[in-house]
Amino acid sequence: MTHSPETATVMTAADIDRALTRIAHEIVEAQRGTDKLILCGIPRRGVPLAQRLGAKLANIDASFDPATSLGSLDVTMYRDDLRTSGARTPEPTQLPTTGIDGSTVVLVDDVLYSGRTIRAALDALSDYGRPQAVRLAVLVDRGHRELPIRADHVGKNIPTSRNERVGVRLADIDGLAADAEQVVIIR
Amino acid sequence: MKHLLDTQGLGYDDALAILDTAEEMTAVSSREVKKLPTLRGRTVVNLFYEDSTRTRISFEAAAKRLSADVMNFSAKGSSVSKGESLKDTVQTLDAMGADAIVIRHSASGAAAQLAASDWSEAAVVNAGDGTHEHPTQALLDALTLRRGWSSAHSSSPRGTDLSGMKVLIVGDIVHSRVARSNVWLLRTLGAEVHLAAPATLLPYGVESWPVTVHYSLDEALSAAPDAVMMLRVQAERMGGVFFPTAAEYTRRWGLTDERLVVVERLQLGDTEAPALILHPGPMNRGVEISSAAADSPQAKILDQVAHGVAVRMAVLHLLLSQRQHDGNHDE
Repeated sequence: MTHSPETATVMTAADIDRALTRIAHEIVEAQRGTDKLILCGIPRRGVPLAQRLGAKLANIDASFDPATSLGSLDVTMYRDDLRTSGARTPEPTQLPTTGIDGSTVVLVDDVLYSGRTIRAALDALSDYGRPQAVRLAVLVDRGHRELPIRADHVGKNIPTSRNERVGVRLADIDGLAADAEQVVIIR
Repeated sequence: MKHLLDTQGLGYDDALAILDTAEEMTAVSSREVKKLPTLRGRTVVNLFYEDSTRTRISFEAAAKRLSADVMNFSAKGSSVSKGESLKDTVQTLDAMGADAIVIRHSASGAAAQLAASDWSEAAVVNAGDGTHEHPTQALLDALTLRRGWSSAHSSSPRGTDLSGMKVLIVGDIVHSRVARSNVWLLRTLGAEVHLAAPATLLPYGVESWPVTVHYSLDEALSAAPDAVMMLRVQAERMGGVFFPTAAEYTRRWGLTDERLVVVERLQLGDTEAPALILHPGPMNRGVEISSAAADSPQAKILDQVAHGVAVRMAVLHLLLSQRQHDGNHDE
């Protein structure tokens, strides 16, 4: 950053928690339960979000076991912009040891923007197995899709311009206090 | 990082980035689909002026797992045997569209010369140049050491270096580019490096290296290293007489069954886990390492081979994807 950017808070810690609670209920409703359900976070910020969704699902439906139904899926090596945006060190991919064949995988990410990350995630997922269905849950949908991809569960739709950036600041990743978490728009 | 030429000039952050990336690449080999689309449409040339099976196959597997196209060029039976110069060979390969050139050459500095020239735009990876360096071998050794260390400590290897580790390198140091690359890399990563070799197989000026030199293997083992790396006796590079007989070398410098008993009692740090035995291969069983030592559960020699593919995948990925300008993406 060469100049100090202007930021506006669009979600507070409480808003984020309420949005995740609603998404958890939506997932149970849409799947008619949590049978064969796998929550798969996309590093980095999708992973803690998936863990929180998992904890909420376990509260709603006691048969859901977060220990065997949570995963992370790194998409670095599947991106189509490696040549222009450069090499990032991949994050760990950890999927349930039972595999993903025949399950319903809910991909979890923080911000849905161009859709290219999700395209990469779908490619990555197909290298690990053949899920019965793949769904997408995001905390923020900021528009400007470049691919025919949409989210099944959205925490908040935030209209943005392409010049703006959306920052999701989470306790686990950004080293904040839990009540200081927020989603901001950076102009 | 545009090229990977040596470990002496490899910074701490770049080294850790390679190891952390390789850490994720090791998982690819255990998947059902052992392939990533990362380098689809890119071309990697293996330009080998010296015999090599393991390194070439390892680089080939790494490039193929990243979906790159691979061209293998070995000097034997090629235009080189008709007298073609390195420059002409490289320019020919460049005209065919090579994105990366993996070069092994008997002349020290061949890779650096290629990288400094304007013969090709390709990224250059040194796969061993004379008695200078073999950086990917040192990186795979470091990955093996780091994984052994962190699994003994039940911690995650990601982002950690080798501080606290004591590594002993034994044998033909003077001819070994593996030893040189390891000395620089292990020091960069914070490990303590010990060398044990007969004086005839130590390089001139070794006292200026950041290492502790032992002139007796038994004395070096009594310093309680966490890992023992046995080097191959390189008969093909020994023009002179460096030790009287192979049997004497084995008796004084080999990891024999008797010394294996000592190594079995060594521990990894302050954990219960035993120390690690490494060997870059190919092994001369019965010369520098006994069969019992090579096949012992402490020996990580096959892990080293597997880690070699992962490290080379990481290097090709990091060199062939451009450097990032800022670390901040929304997605």
